[in-house]
Amino acid sequence: MAILNMIEIDVSRKTYHRDHDQSELVVLRDIRFSVEPGQFCCVVGPSGCGKTSLLNMISGLDEDFSGSVIIDGGAPSAGPPPGYMFQASRLMPWLRVRENVELVTDDPETRVKIDELLGEIGLEDFVDAYPAQLSGGMRRRVALARAIINEPPLLLLDEPFLSLDTPVANRLRRLLIDVCGRRSSTVLFVTHDLREALYLADRVLFISSRPGEIVLDHLVDIQRPRTPEGEDIELLRLDLLKKNPQLLSGLVENGGNGNPGGTNVINHPHPDC
Amino acid sequence: MKPSIRIRSIPWLRIGSLILFIAVWQLAAAFVDRQILPGPYQVLLSVIEHLERGELVFHLLATLARVLISFVFAMALGVALGIVMGRNRNWDAALDGVLILALNLPALVTIVLCYLWFGLGEFAAILAVAINKFPIVVVNMREGARAIDQDLLQVAKAFRLDWRKRWLQVYLPQLYPYLLASARSGLALVWKIVLVVELLGRSNGVGFQLGIYFQFFDITSILAYSFTFIAVVMAIEYLLITPLDRRLMKWRS
Repeated sequence: MAILNMIEIDVSRKTYHRDHDQSELVVLRDIRFSVEPGQFCCVVGPSGCGKTSLLNMISGLDEDFSGSVIIDGGAPSAGPPPGYMFQASRLMPWLRVRENVELVTDDPETRVKIDELLGEIGLEDFVDAYPAQLSGGMRRRVALARAIINEPPLLLLDEPFLSLDTPVANRLRRLLIDVCGRRSSTVLFVTHDLREALYLADRVLFISSRPGEIVLDHLVDIQRPRTPEGEDIELLRLDLLKKNPQLLSGLVENGGNGNPGGTNVINHPHPDC
Repeated sequence: MKPSIRIRSIPWLRIGSLILFIAVWQLAAAFVDRQILPGPYQVLLSVIEHLERGELVFHLLATLARVLISFVFAMALGVALGIVMGRNRNWDAALDGVLILALNLPALVTIVLCYLWFGLGEFAAILAVAINKFPIVVVNMREGARAIDQDLLQVAKAFRLDWRKRWLQVYLPQLYPYLLASARSGLALVWKIVLVVELLGRSNGVGFQLGIYFQFFDITSILAYSFTFIAVVMAIEYLLITPLDRRLMKWRS
């Protein structure tokens, strides 16, 4: 076993300097948890609670924080590259769809699979299009393809299915579960859609509003395969919210899409570039 | 349907304005002494005559060689320094003053000083032209380097792209618009300054020839040389830079 991808996170503080008044903004505080190899871990919390910062630290992009992030006993930048899907699609506008995915692959065998993967996510007619010619949702799908094409041992996804319509999002969720299962990738999946988290995850971490702290660490014991609209998921969701009203307050106050009792589907507007 | 009509009429507008220009010129020439303003046909005959004698091509090539060398020289150094200044605040602060000085230095001053310091040679001539072009490239490329999208560089970093991919597929494409703008304005500026340099201190090239015809009051030959050279520069623009622009900027359409 060469690749384990055990992630150990021990961050006492992550702050940002605010330029306008020189003050310090604490976004994360006392975040301590570890993710087992192959675990699908969702991180749920209101916007602005530091979820993206957390992914940046795990990916090795952000090394400016107090504490440590250790992947398989080393620094994040020492291990194999993760697949990272940013909140915005961040495609290279001068590269065609296929070239954008090709950019992150060096292995000729993987390159052969690009068209197949693009077909699986419904972009077979757009492989030669430039990102500017795609809709926001299609660009997200390309970004997802770029993140998973190498079937990386570690996958970081920042609200990947935001603003996609439900059938497409569900198809992509299934694809994601497939890909992760194939290589037993370790996944960190940021969302503020609890239903989505419970459908996908082995484990859900709830983070409070800023400064973000872990308020609940829940192992999801619903058997796979699950269905996205399954009753067991809805029951678990209601149960969690009932037992932990503080989750609810966090999500509702800052999430902007709070709808505690009913449908919290992922269909709210979000700027996508 | 409107846009297509507009697009179709554009070549006709171009050709129409050219014909109008020649017509006005011809008309003006009819009222003025031939020595002062020769007509377009006379100038054309003069071009053919100079071409047949061979000296036009010789001087044209001499000038083009100087344009090319000083252009490449100024672009290479200007792009490098521009990127450094755009990326690094310290370098920017340290060199900004010198840059403003260089931008405001009159072309004639650099030319005269280069000739005085390095002698009336090829090196001084090309250096003088390059010094005139260089600061403009720096300013342009600094702007480009400042506008680099950090989010895309993060993508390159997160996926651990090697330096070649990072440079050629993530960084450089963001600078293409600035490179092309520099090349365009550069070509126009460089060839004008090369003529002055040749007039003042070389014994061949279009500028040198213009100096001679100036002394002989030969306006026809002056116009013949000028238009030939303009045609060459336009050919470079349309055959080289415009296709390159179209290729590199294809994703924008």
